[in-house]
Amino acid sequence: MLEQLEQLRLEALEKLAAIADGEALDGWEKRFIGRKGAVTEMTRRVGELSKDERPEFGRRVNEIKQALSAAYEARAATVQSAEMERRLASGALDVSLPGRPKLLGRLHPSTQILRDIFRIWGDMGFQVYRSPDVETDENNFQLLNIPPDHPARDMWATFYTTREGIILRTHTSPGQIRAMRQYCPEPIRVILPGMCYRYEQVTARHETQFYQVEGLAVGNQITMSDLKGTLSSFTRRLFGPERETRFRPSYFPFTEPSAEMDVECILCEGKGCAVCKQTGWVEILGCGMVHPVVLQNGGYDPAKYTGFAFGMGSERIAMLKYGINDIRYFWSNDLRFLEQF
Amino acid sequence: MLVPLSWLKECVDVPFSVTELADRMTLAGLEVEAVQYIGVPGADLVWDPAHFVVARIVEVRHHPAADRLVLAVVDYGTGQLETLVTGAPNLFPYLGQDLGRVDLKSPMVLEGATIYDGHQPGFVKTTLRGRPVRGIMNRHMLCSEKELGISDEHEGILLLETHTAPGTPLQDVLGDAVLDVSLTPNLARCQSILGVAREVAAMTGQSLRCPPSEVLMQGLPASEAVQVEIWDLSLCPRFTATLIRNVTIGPSPQWMQRRLRLVGMRPISNIVDVTNYVMMERGQPLHAFDYDLLLDRARRSGDALPTIVVRAAQPGEGMTSLDGVARLFNPFDILITDSGGPIGIAGVMGGADTEVHDGTQNVLLEAANFDMFHIRRTSQAHRLPSEASVRFGRGIHPAEALRAARRAAELMRTLAGGTVARGTVDVYPGQSEPVVATINPDQVERSLGIRLDAIQIIDLLQALQFECRLVDGVVHATVPDHRVDIGVGLVGTADLAEEIARLYGYQHIPETEMGDRLPPLRANVALEQEERTRDLLVAAGLQEIISTRLTTPESEARILPPGSAPDDRPYLTLANPISQDKTTMRHTLLETMMEAVASNLRHRPYVGLFEIGSVYLSSEEGSLPEEPQRLVLGMAGQREPSGWLGGSGRAGRVLPDEGTLGFFDLKGIIEALTDGWRIRGVRYEPVLNPSFHPGRAARISQTDRGYLGIAGEVHPAVASRFGMPPGVPLLAAELDLDAVLDAIPTRSAVRPVPLFPSVYRDIALVVADDLPAATVQQLIAQTGGQLLADIRLFDLYRGEQLPAGKKSLAYALTFQASDRTLTDEEVNKLRDKIVRRLEREVGAQLRA
Repeated sequence: MLEQLEQLRLEALEKLAAIADGEALDGWEKRFIGRKGAVTEMTRRVGELSKDERPEFGRRVNEIKQALSAAYEARAATVQSAEMERRLASGALDVSLPGRPKLLGRLHPSTQILRDIFRIWGDMGFQVYRSPDVETDENNFQLLNIPPDHPARDMWATFYTTREGIILRTHTSPGQIRAMRQYCPEPIRVILPGMCYRYEQVTARHETQFYQVEGLAVGNQITMSDLKGTLSSFTRRLFGPERETRFRPSYFPFTEPSAEMDVECILCEGKGCAVCKQTGWVEILGCGMVHPVVLQNGGYDPAKYTGFAFGMGSERIAMLKYGINDIRYFWSNDLRFLEQF
Repeated sequence: MLVPLSWLKECVDVPFSVTELADRMTLAGLEVEAVQYIGVPGADLVWDPAHFVVARIVEVRHHPAADRLVLAVVDYGTGQLETLVTGAPNLFPYLGQDLGRVDLKSPMVLEGATIYDGHQPGFVKTTLRGRPVRGIMNRHMLCSEKELGISDEHEGILLLETHTAPGTPLQDVLGDAVLDVSLTPNLARCQSILGVAREVAAMTGQSLRCPPSEVLMQGLPASEAVQVEIWDLSLCPRFTATLIRNVTIGPSPQWMQRRLRLVGMRPISNIVDVTNYVMMERGQPLHAFDYDLLLDRARRSGDALPTIVVRAAQPGEGMTSLDGVARLFNPFDILITDSGGPIGIAGVMGGADTEVHDGTQNVLLEAANFDMFHIRRTSQAHRLPSEASVRFGRGIHPAEALRAARRAAELMRTLAGGTVARGTVDVYPGQSEPVVATINPDQVERSLGIRLDAIQIIDLLQALQFECRLVDGVVHATVPDHRVDIGVGLVGTADLAEEIARLYGYQHIPETEMGDRLPPLRANVALEQEERTRDLLVAAGLQEIISTRLTTPESEARILPPGSAPDDRPYLTLANPISQDKTTMRHTLLETMMEAVASNLRHRPYVGLFEIGSVYLSSEEGSLPEEPQRLVLGMAGQREPSGWLGGSGRAGRVLPDEGTLGFFDLKGIIEALTDGWRIRGVRYEPVLNPSFHPGRAARISQTDRGYLGIAGEVHPAVASRFGMPPGVPLLAAELDLDAVLDAIPTRSAVRPVPLFPSVYRDIALVVADDLPAATVQQLIAQTGGQLLADIRLFDLYRGEQLPAGKKSLAYALTFQASDRTLTDEEVNKLRDKIVRRLEREVGAQLRA
């Protein structure tokens, strides 16, 4: 019997060594160490032995059963990993095929640039203040120190409506009056974004509607050097830390002194190109110290308060930043343009 | 304004290059937009001094072999005479004449030089090569203006009125640089050569040379020839009349014509040219009347002498202006009149009946000052922007009038051979004390952030010809009588601060950080919610668009089927539309959205767009319109992006099939938005709206806020108006964004993540086909209560296995308790309760 047992052990191990797949492995387990397997059968035959032989045989059967089980586990692990490797090998993909397209939504480039602008000014304590597109002549002009028939009105080609005294705002500056009247006598730091309208033929450089972002700061000790420093910081944040700015005198009826701020041309790095008309500078915003009359109209005593204001066209900034050569793209609603942002 | 450097240099020395001058002017607020070079380096054609010289023509002879050519013998400074062949018609009159006493000069170009080809259209360069012309060797040539690039004049050679010696480089005589200066409206005082020179002098420290103002006056005084009355001094602070007798009308000298051309004016005659020349030189517009015509008119009215009256126009008055247009006047127009009626529109244009003509002998010269607001209004009303009205419209100091009158009279005397009558008639009711503005060092620092002492401030202001006094540390600056842009009080202080900053140099003002107190911080909730709404829609795969807000009622009517009654709410309408397609402010964003979807679908298989923006709803007369914010969505095309993995769409040929976007794709986006905002209680109910497909549109509302908007498949008759392919649904929604944002709960509690397992049950219910699914779902939710965590419809079936008029709705229900594992028994009881309620209330049957 012990001999038979030994033969069974050898046979089982030999068979096991030849097994290469899970199915044969299951068969082997059933045949040799399962509940009805050969080794189990042998234990049942213990009764055929004499009392003396039984302990020795029992011990041996158990030993063999354990050894075979261990061998089985080891083999099973090898077979499984081989099988997995085979499966993985046959499941290879052409990873160079295009992925499943995902529809990606995007923000309009004007929204993106406005968010950039809001974020930068927000960091400097300027909060967004919005006011209506359709305005009174009084807010858009008169309270900003531009009386009727003043020559400065030539600076804004205006859309008038059939209602007396009501126009489409030519700039977001009327928001200055609204903000001042709302917040007086608190200090003010606001950003005034919004769509503005000008009576201009649509060309690559001009649109009848455009976004403008104005800024207004009013306080007890705000100076022109603060204006320069603040606007230069903004420019460096928006266009890069090395970007130079230049301020030169200009005229707006609602600021005095008034200035234009030029930024070193983004495209040619100030060397001179077609965009900057070979000057190395591109005009990006107008600014100045709030005119005493405007402070007064806003409710602030110009003897005690000073302030600065500035205004820029955000499409123009986007055009410079992204190298867009035609402003008409912005409201064209053409995905072939919009998808590039 | 155009400023020829040669003219500018007459008033001020310019000790640096044109480029540097242009830079410095720009940095002082006189922006030089362009420089046009003539003959000097920088020009397209440079007249190099070795090849372009002044030649004196000493003899003009017949060409022995050609009638249409002559031989010009010239001295060009080499000591030897040269014979040139030319066909210039303007040399023929000199044939055979003794030119010994005639100073006849012309530009001469030497062989090898590059010039413009006079015979080709446009400006084409060519190199001058010597060649024999009809047997006579011709090496060099006398040239026309075109060949030099001065103008396109090619009728004959340019004859120079110059005393310069033969051989002088042409650059030194005709070379120039013309600065195109863009002047902001406040720089009225710079609208002249002298005005610009004044600024250049101030910024460079050079001294200013004013044009002479001496005039030789003779004979009977002007006051015995004309009277002047000003009826309203607010319209006309000053009017001067100078009489120049016995002039001879003819062309003005070449130098004056040249300068006028350089600044963009056309020479006309010596008298008219002088008025224009002085206007350009000093900035004061002038007008010349034919005195004898005025005298005739006076006599016809029974007066011995003309009386000029300056007054506002009266009703019904009219006149034919110099440009030949018959004009009817407005009550705000200022008129120059005499006893016979209007003779000029003050500051804008003279009348045709009294203008100077070829036979004029006596000239009455007007130099006056008018109210700038009236002049601007008049020139706009009559559409007459002129060099004069632009200058008057921006403001001129009345002191300029007499100075300009004297300068012009003297030029007329010397150039047209007249005599200037003694005593200009000068009516000056508007004379006032000079303006004195004040500023102190603290005010400078408060505005500019720089510390200057009083002496530095005075130095800067004196450079601009302010007369300064220092009183108790305050600078009192008397404004010079060539500018009207400085006020008094705090405005005057700001005006002076600007002048100080400008001359100090903006570039020298330091850059500092704001030290001022921060204002109170306030949340801009509306903006933040709007931006988050954009982000939610972008996350749902939509592209943002921004449309034009100007439209027309006809254009917006396209969102209705043809023949529908148009939108009858009043539009906000432009009084001066710039084009026929932009006359009103929009009422809806649907029109531009439908257009955008349809047009993009021509080159995309899928289009999904959104826009946020205002509409303009006209309210009562005199008040501003409401500007509520709308959110509009638009979609069409293939649901699955096409590719090798599936999806069949291709740009331009989207086919209506199973994969085409429909109502529920649009609704899914809106649900994503409301879910993203945690807005509860949103209802979709069928609605009939002319823009939408009947039965495929929903009115969206919310329990607390009410109406939110409308969504649906656009009516096919409307879709086709935008060029949508037949059968492909166009989906659109317009939401009242303010209402949507208003429906956002202020707080939305976060539920803990469940600790115990969920239990799932599916139920399929057969109900009447016309029963809204939302009713069923609502009953399930109500009955399920707290323990029913989720309800999902997973199947909708109609067909053979059901009776007609019935549908089956299959729901997956998720039960969940926060404090225990639910037992099957508990869940089954709840499910049965749900089913029973549905059976009872909507006649549902549980489907086996």
